[in-house]
Amino acid sequence: MSGRVEINCIVNEQRRTIHAYPMERLLDVLRTQLQLTGTKEGCGEGECGACTVIIDGRIVNSCLVPIAQVEGTSIKTIEGIAPSETQLHHVQQAFIEHGGAQCGICTPGMIVAAVDLLEKNPHPSEAEIRNGLAGNLCRCTGYMKIFESVVRACER
Amino acid sequence: MRAYVPAYQLISPASLAEALDVLSQDHGVWKPFAGGTDLMVLLEAGKLPHRNYVNIWNLKELRGIEVAEDHITLGALTTYTEIQEHPILREEFPMLCQAARETGGIAIQNRGTLGGNIINASPAADSPPALLAYDAELELISKSGARRIPYSKFHTGYKQMDMRPEELLRAIRLPRVKQPISHYYRKVGTRKAQAISKVCFAGVAKVDDGRLSHIRIALGSVAPIPLRCRQTEAALLNQKLDERLIKMGIDSLAAEISPIDDIRSSRDYRLRVSQNLLQDFLQHLAS
Repeated sequence: MSGRVEINCIVNEQRRTIHAYPMERLLDVLRTQLQLTGTKEGCGEGECGACTVIIDGRIVNSCLVPIAQVEGTSIKTIEGIAPSETQLHHVQQAFIEHGGAQCGICTPGMIVAAVDLLEKNPHPSEAEIRNGLAGNLCRCTGYMKIFESVVRACER
Repeated sequence: MRAYVPAYQLISPASLAEALDVLSQDHGVWKPFAGGTDLMVLLEAGKLPHRNYVNIWNLKELRGIEVAEDHITLGALTTYTEIQEHPILREEFPMLCQAARETGGIAIQNRGTLGGNIINASPAADSPPALLAYDAELELISKSGARRIPYSKFHTGYKQMDMRPEELLRAIRLPRVKQPISHYYRKVGTRKAQAISKVCFAGVAKVDDGRLSHIRIALGSVAPIPLRCRQTEAALLNQKLDERLIKMGIDSLAAEISPIDDIRSSRDYRLRVSQNLLQDFLQHLAS
């Protein structure tokens, strides 16, 4: 048996101290302890990308990250994507305007993956967009509206 | 059913020396835990029987890609993303970069490590065939010292390795190739991202005066281990590359591999696809 350990990290630019069992999933800690329920659980095995968050500038599946491994890191979740309380990120805005969100379960992961893609590559080709979103599954939209939303976000 | 998380230990040593100390205690009680892309899947499914893990993710001694005159050393924790981003690996070891690009999606590539892919020892892993074709060596380290072994001798049976419980994979060493060679890598899966291979093929070769003066072939998902196909290589080496030789090669390959039926594919499909890939590889060389 293990005891709870103290983990210090930054979540959406705020310092947080977490007490959790070392093998607890980052996904569960975000949703239950930190009340950041924007990050969704889909498959729980790293296939669907619904739980995508950014750790130290790299996207990860938060269902596959034990909390012990986030000590000292900086994490950004979907709640930290918009630049302010009153303004959405242009990727979020594009998803709204172009029907990129339907039931909403895949949306946070899609948006986090798209934001990460555009930060690294502001003018991706179609193939690069497809590759950037290849780790994210959607069961509603048929992908075309998501793809179009990202294309439009690049134009802003 | 989900695992009961408090039953699992994951301790985080501050240095490699400390991690090796822990691994040397209580023969096999502790196992290393790297990027988590395999172990966390098992945990969530309630299928992770081992309970005590050493978190090696933050050990800088296991990171980094070093380029020397005649070889490149990749720390065991080199991620798939780091492999793809490295200009010399892209130039000289394109099959390894392709394997890295075709494993999982970006989020997996940011966490999955080359060392983890080796030690997880799945016969369906995508980087081992490339590593075998490039004749990689492994550097294993323990409290009592380091040793190097050819990667082709590392996997001894299904999920069995030439490795003691107190040892840790420190690095993977790739000999640099001075002469121009052809590289051929194909992963066959149900979809481009995320899929686990039905068959994975890696081959390098050189043709001089119509003869195969150099050839190495390795396959994944066709045997209990990632398989270097030495018999087929021997049948092809120094022979005149023509239709007759290609036929001989694919017959030899059929005798050397032992694919099975499982959830991802069938024995017959894997055999046929493996032969087709070898044929395609050799025809590329001939053209």
